[in-house]
Amino acid sequence: MTPGLIYALTGVALFALGLAGVILLAQALRRILAFNLMGSGAFLVLVGLAQRDGGVDPAPHAMVLTGIVVAVASTALALALARRLAAGGHGDD
Amino acid sequence: MTEAILDPLPWLIVLPLAWASLAFLLGEGRGGRLAIAGLAAQLALALLLAVQIMAQGARVHTVGGWGAPLGIDLLADGLAAAMLLLTQAVALPLAVYARAYFSAVHQTHFWPLAGFLLAALNALFLSADLFNLYVTLELLSLAAVGLVALGGKTAQAAAALRYLLVSLTASGAYLMGVALIYGVYGSVSLATLAPLVGGDPPLAVWLAAGLMLVGLLAKTALLPFHFWLPPAHGGAAAPVSALLSALVVKASFYMVLRLSLGVFSPLAEMAAWSLGLLGAAAILWGSWRALRAIRIKMLVAWSTVAQLGYLFLIFPLLTADGPALQAGVMQAVAHGLAKAAMFAAAGVLMLSTGRDNLEGLAGVANRAPVTLFAFSLAGITLMGLPPSGGFLAKWLLIEAALAQGHWPWVVVIISGGLLAAAYVFKVLCQAFLLAPRSAHFNRVPRAMEWTAFLLAAASALLGLRGVELLELLAVG
Repeated sequence: MTPGLIYALTGVALFALGLAGVILLAQALRRILAFNLMGSGAFLVLVGLAQRDGGVDPAPHAMVLTGIVVAVASTALALALARRLAAGGHGDD
Repeated sequence: MTEAILDPLPWLIVLPLAWASLAFLLGEGRGGRLAIAGLAAQLALALLLAVQIMAQGARVHTVGGWGAPLGIDLLADGLAAAMLLLTQAVALPLAVYARAYFSAVHQTHFWPLAGFLLAALNALFLSADLFNLYVTLELLSLAAVGLVALGGKTAQAAAALRYLLVSLTASGAYLMGVALIYGVYGSVSLATLAPLVGGDPPLAVWLAAGLMLVGLLAKTALLPFHFWLPPAHGGAAAPVSALLSALVVKASFYMVLRLSLGVFSPLAEMAAWSLGLLGAAAILWGSWRALRAIRIKMLVAWSTVAQLGYLFLIFPLLTADGPALQAGVMQAVAHGLAKAAMFAAAGVLMLSTGRDNLEGLAGVANRAPVTLFAFSLAGITLMGLPPSGGFLAKWLLIEAALAQGHWPWVVVIISGGLLAAAYVFKVLCQAFLLAPRSAHFNRVPRAMEWTAFLLAAASALLGLRGVELLELLAVG
């Protein structure tokens, strides 16, 4: 078993954990964290599988960086909405 | 060099980004005029692109001269051009409508968010690789969720958060699919992948295709993933509901269509009947819930759930150039125009009566006749009566179904049309009742009434110009 494959399988496990969390958990904050776990799992698969041939493939690294930016933005929006909801809709902007 | 700069393709993405950022800098509530000017230019560019593609065929643009895999390629073919044309044609009248609407209702950041939404949509339709599709889909969802939360009410924030979590989970599944595909084939380019995926691919590819499909269906709100749509679309401000129902849900449908015609065509047959049956169930359940709704915008939102079902009826009948594809895109375009008109009209009726339930509509026929006419014209498209675009779509669909001997589809299509007639007439009957003596009607800006009418008329007359649209689609 190559290190790349270990990363990829760990990624699949993280993704499954996160997915279960988003679907099964009730609190918004926990679901947001679970979504982040899902994202990390997918990134790990992307980088892990691409290392299979030994050489470094730059394309998935660029993709993961882009994906992290998207995930951070989504998390920020989700947290802002959760805060607004907790404040009863009259929170500040 | 000058040729690359004059190419309308990148400008369709850069322009909305530019006016959205400017509108943000101008400050809260400003930038409406800028947006309308930008959208007028975008509509002209989309028309120019469609004409170019009709004449010269599909083409690829390498952004900044950096080609794939590290750069980004944009691809414009007939399908993309048709969706771009729909997007700009719906967005321009809606911008005029929104400018009038938000002079009556307070808003903070509608214009920047709408601009980012349109930039994401245009970029999505032009994407040529799986990962770019993912990024644009995420940008689209973030802008859409921001728009749903715009009013700042608790119910809107709750609907927005639910929408966001569904959306993030769905795109997470899609991203996992992209990762698996890259792991197997070492590419995300649609053109590179298409010949590589055969009829008997490795297990990882099946898994990837399944994850991507489920993610995209959740984003398109196909039954049983429809639960987030009515609160999000029914609870948002009227111009926002119109944008979301007319355009945003079509983006993920476009992706399902493009992937099942292209990269995943050897595997698409497996899921085709499930998609078709879910679509049929969505038509019946969505129409039934629309019929039972007591709030006018919830009625229109449930009608969206039903109309999205028609889009998925095409999958069991799909061939590369048969009438089923034409029917699907015609339905997407006709429903886009009609639903934008319907939500716009619903917004006028709600501002006029000051109430959001159907009961409050009594007597509105005398006060807002143009709007009510717009609502009925949009209804004609949803029912599928000639000469509307909806009629042409359903006609093509019935033709494709009968040609392959699937007569139960005809029953579903016709029952959906009858149910649509029932819920549209429910609104009209209420509107023609006499107003109670205590009723008070507000004045509504004329621009709102007429833009709703313009959109509705376009959807009702689309059938007459359908041939041009179908010719554009045929450009592969």
